[in-house]
Amino acid sequence: MTLSNDHFNSGRRSLIVGGAAVAVAPTLFNVAQAQGATIKIGFPVPLTGPYSSEAQDQVRCAELAIKEFNESGGFNGRKAELLVRDTKLNPGEAATRALELIEKDKVDFMAGSLSAATQLSINAVCRDRKVLFNSISQSDTINEVKDWSMYTFHEALNPHLTAGAVARYAFPKFGKKVVYLTADYAYGQEMVRGFQRAGQSMGMQTLADIRHPIGTADFSAFLPRIQSLKPDILVMNNFGRDQLNAAKQATDFGLKATTKIIAPILLYTARQAGGPEAFEGILGGTSYYWGMEDKVPAAKAFNDKYRKAYGGGVPSDYGALGYAGVRSILQAVREAKSTDSMKVSIALRQMHYNSYKGDQFYRKCDHQSVQSVVIVESKSKNMKDKYDVFNVLAIEPANEKNLRSCEELGHKIST
Amino acid sequence: MFDITPQLFALQLMTGIALGAVYALLAIGLSLIFGMLTVVNFAHGAFFMVGAFLGIYSIALTGSFWFSLLLVPLATGAIGLVCERFLVRPLYGRGLDYPLLLTFGLSYVMIDVMRFTFGIEGLPTSTPPDLRGAVFLGFGYFPLYRLFLIAATAVIVLGLWLFIEKTRYGLIIRAGSRDPEIVKVLGIDIARVWWLVFGIGTAIAGLSGLLAAPTRAVNPEMGIPILAESFVVTVVGGMGSLPGAVVAGLLVGVVFSMTSLLAPEYAELSIFVLMAVVLLIRPQGFFGKAGLMS
Amino acid sequence: MKNSIISLLLLARRHRVATVLLFLLVFPFLMPYDALSVNILIFGLYAVGFNLLFGYTGMLSFGHAAFLGVGGYLAGIAVVHGGWPWWAAIVTGVAASCLAGVVIGYLAIRTRGIYFSMVTLALAQIMYYVFYKAEDWTGGENGLRGVRVESIKLPGLSIDFINPLNKYYVILVFVALALWFVSRILNSPFGAVIEAIRENEKRAAACGYDVARAKLLVFVLSAGICGLAGALRALHLSIVPIDSLHYLQSGQAVMMCLLGGMGTFFGPFVGAAVFMYLEDVVTNLTRYWMGAVGMVFMVFVLFFPKGIWGTLVHQMERWLRRQGDRA
Repeated sequence: MTLSNDHFNSGRRSLIVGGAAVAVAPTLFNVAQAQGATIKIGFPVPLTGPYSSEAQDQVRCAELAIKEFNESGGFNGRKAELLVRDTKLNPGEAATRALELIEKDKVDFMAGSLSAATQLSINAVCRDRKVLFNSISQSDTINEVKDWSMYTFHEALNPHLTAGAVARYAFPKFGKKVVYLTADYAYGQEMVRGFQRAGQSMGMQTLADIRHPIGTADFSAFLPRIQSLKPDILVMNNFGRDQLNAAKQATDFGLKATTKIIAPILLYTARQAGGPEAFEGILGGTSYYWGMEDKVPAAKAFNDKYRKAYGGGVPSDYGALGYAGVRSILQAVREAKSTDSMKVSIALRQMHYNSYKGDQFYRKCDHQSVQSVVIVESKSKNMKDKYDVFNVLAIEPANEKNLRSCEELGHKIST
Repeated sequence: MFDITPQLFALQLMTGIALGAVYALLAIGLSLIFGMLTVVNFAHGAFFMVGAFLGIYSIALTGSFWFSLLLVPLATGAIGLVCERFLVRPLYGRGLDYPLLLTFGLSYVMIDVMRFTFGIEGLPTSTPPDLRGAVFLGFGYFPLYRLFLIAATAVIVLGLWLFIEKTRYGLIIRAGSRDPEIVKVLGIDIARVWWLVFGIGTAIAGLSGLLAAPTRAVNPEMGIPILAESFVVTVVGGMGSLPGAVVAGLLVGVVFSMTSLLAPEYAELSIFVLMAVVLLIRPQGFFGKAGLMS
Repeated sequence: MKNSIISLLLLARRHRVATVLLFLLVFPFLMPYDALSVNILIFGLYAVGFNLLFGYTGMLSFGHAAFLGVGGYLAGIAVVHGGWPWWAAIVTGVAASCLAGVVIGYLAIRTRGIYFSMVTLALAQIMYYVFYKAEDWTGGENGLRGVRVESIKLPGLSIDFINPLNKYYVILVFVALALWFVSRILNSPFGAVIEAIRENEKRAAACGYDVARAKLLVFVLSAGICGLAGALRALHLSIVPIDSLHYLQSGQAVMMCLLGGMGTFFGPFVGAAVFMYLEDVVTNLTRYWMGAVGMVFMVFVLFFPKGIWGTLVHQMERWLRRQGDRA
C-alpha cells in the first residue's frame, strides 16, 4: 500500500505549527509543483472492508503501470505518482476522498474504484471539477447519459456485456429453463437484463427471477423454491460475499446434481477465499484471468511483469483493471502531449491500446472500453498450484455490438 | 403467482426453523445478559463471529468438529469473562447507556482483531464430513446439517433450562435477576454471578457462531447484520426471557423464510416491521417481564 | 493577567454562540483539507441535533440517521428532480425531516428506555429500506447523484460554490444559525423542562409539565437540525449515499456525543471534530482504524465519561469557582 508522504506530513504540520505556518506551507508546495512536478493520479479504492484484497491488488498493479511509465522516460522528464486513498467502500467517504485529492493534493487525473456506488460518487465530484476519471469497476449506470461527461471513462466491463457473454456461451449448452437468483440492487438488475436480452433470441424460458436483499448471509430460504422449479440453469446474479454464500448453500442443498450454476462474474479473489468445493463446476465471466496467458501474448507479458515485481504470484481480474486504467491515462498523456484533462480525454477517445489482453478502444458516445470477455469455469481437481483455480473455456472477442446502443443509453449519436 | 405446493411450503418452513434456531441461540445469550445485568451487549454479534473463526481454527487444529463444539464456547466464554471483569464491571451504576456504549466500541475492536489474526478475506468453511448430504423428509430433501442444527439447538436450550430451573446455581441466577439486593444480603457475591452469566451468554454466542459457520461465509463482518436480527428477536420475545428468545427466534426465522418465498426482496424489511409492530403494541415482547427467566 | 483570563472565560461562557463562531471562522486553516472541515461542520451539527435529544433530554435514539438521510434525500430530490434552487432544497430537506420526526417521534415516544432505542432503530431501518427501494427517486444503492450547486446567487453577489473555502463559509452561515437556535432553546424555559425530564421524568410530570408533548417537541426539533445537516451534506458532496440512513450512521452520532461530552453545548461538535479527524489520520496510518477508534471510544467510556469538552468545561468551572472563592 503506497501512500503519498506529502499527505501525512502536511497533516502533522497543520497540527503542530498553527495558523501562520500553514499559510506558508501551501506556497512551498506551489513552488515544488512549478518545477517539472510529478503527474499525480488519485487512486481511491476500498482498502478496508470486504473487498480489500481486490483493492490491494488494484494498487499493486497500478503501481506497476506507474513504474513502467517512469522507467521509460515519463513525459517530458516528468514522472508519474499514484496517490492511494481508502474509500472504505462507502460512497460518502469516496466523495470526500475525491474532494481531498482534487482540492488539496491537486491531482491531475483520477482512477478507481471498486463498487458501482463509489465510482458514481467519485465521478460526480470529478466531472464538476473537470478532472478526468477512469473507472475500473463494473457499472452499467456510468455509461448512461445522466452520469456521463467528457471526463468520464470506463475501463472495466459492464454488467450488460459480461452477462451477455456468459449467456451467449452457456445458454445454448445447458438447456432452456432458467431461474435467476438476483441481488436486489442496480447491479443485479443490470445483470438480469443482460442475460434476458441475450437469451431472447435463443428461446430461453425464465421460470423465475428471485430477488434477495444485498448482503444476505443465508440463502437457504430461497433454495427450496428453486429446487421445486427444477431449472436447467441457475444464474446467480450477485457479487463477492453474497455469491460465495449462495454458492456454498446451493452446493449444500444438492442443487448441482440437477442444475448448472452460472454466474455473470466470477472473481479470482472470491474463489480463493471460498475454496474449491463451493465453486466447483460453476461457470462465469471475468475481465481477466492469468491462465489465459497461453492464448494471449499480451497477458503473458503482463503476468511476467507482475511476477518479476512481486516475486511470483499472479494478478487478479480487478488488479489487471487497475493496471490498465492507469496505463491508459499515461499513454494518453504522451499522445496528447499534455496533462490537461480535456486534451487527454480527446486523446483517449482516439486511442487504440493493448495493455494486457488484446486490442481495446473507447467507444465515442459513452467512453466504454470495448474489450473481450473471458469465460471461465471453477475447478477443484487437477489444480497445478494454488493459483490454478479456473479453466478458460472461451474468450469472447471485443465487439461493440454486444454493448447497449448509444441511443438506448440516452446519448445523441453525433459525439 | 406461482405454485406453492404443500411440499414446498413444508420445506420452506423447515428452512425457517433452521434459520430460527441460530437466531434463538443468539437471543438467549442476549436475553440472559440483559435480564441479569441489564446490559445490552452490542458486541454479541462480534462474539458470534469470533466463535465461527475460532471454530474453524480449532477444527483445523484438532481435526474434530465435535471436540470443537466443546472448545469454542469455553474460549468465547473466557473472553467474555475477561471483558466483563475489566471493561463492563466498572460501569455498573453509571446508567443503562454506558455498558451499551462500551460493548459498541468493543465490537469494533473485536472485528479488527479478527481481521488482523485471520486476514480480511475470511476463512473457507465446509460441512463436517459426518453431517453431509441430504435427508428425505417425506416432502423433499433437506440438508442433514440443518437438521443437526435444529437438534443441537434443542439440546442446548433443554440443557440451559435444566440448569436454570433445576440446579442450585440456576436458582441463584433466577433470584439475582429478580432481586439482586436480597441475594447480596443472603451472602452471595452477586458480582460473581453476573460475571459468570456474562460468560455463559458469550459462550452461547460463540457456540452459535460455530454451529452456523458451515452454512454461511465466515468473515470479520458477519456479526454486523446478525446483531440487528438478534435484537429484533430479543425484543419480540421479551428482553430477559428465555422461552421468549426461543419462540421469537423460531418465529422470526419462519417469517423471514416465508417472506423470502412470497416477496423475497422484502424479506429483511419484514422482520424490522415485525419488530416495530411488536414494540408499538406490546413493548415488553411476548413473554417479557422486567428481567425474569422463564 | 489572571483577571483578564477570568473575565474572558466568563464572557465566552455568556456568549457561547459567538465564541464558537469565532473558532469556526478560523477552523479551516487548522485542518489539512477543506472537505474535511466541511464534513466536520456537517457532522458537528448532526451531533448537536442528536445531543438535544440524548444529552439534554436523556433519550437514546438509535435511528437518528433517518433524519440525516431524509433531509439529505429530500434536498437532493428537490435539486435533481425538481430543479429547485439551493435554498428551496434546504428548506425542503428540513421540512421533510421535521415531518419524519413527527411521525417517528409520535410512535416512539410511547416507549421508554431501551425499548425507545430499539423502536427508533427499527423505524429507521424501515426508512432505509423504503428509500433503498424507491430507486427512481433516490437512485437506490447507487445513491442520488447530480446534486449540483455550482454557484450561490444572492442579490448582487455570486459565490462560486465549487471553491472549497467558499463552500465552507456558506455552510457555516447555516450551521451558525442552527447553533444559535439551539442555544436559544436551551436557555429558554423549555430547555429547563427537557433537562428536568432527563433528571426525573415522574417528578417533571408531577410538577405539571406535559411530558409527552415536550418529548415530542424536542424530538421534532432534533430531527429538524439533523435534517439540516443532511441537506447541507447533499450540497457538499453533490451526492446522497444510501448509508446516510443506516443504523451505523446513527451509532456514529452516539459516539461523537460521548467523545465530546453529552449535555454540553459545544461538546458534540468537539466530539464530531475529534472523531472525524482521528478517523482521517488513523486511516492513513493503519488499516485497522476501526479497532483504533473502538479502543479510543472504550477508553472514553471508562475514564472520561464527560467527554473531552465536558471534562474541559468541568475543570474550567471548578477553576473559576475557586478563583471566585478566593476573590
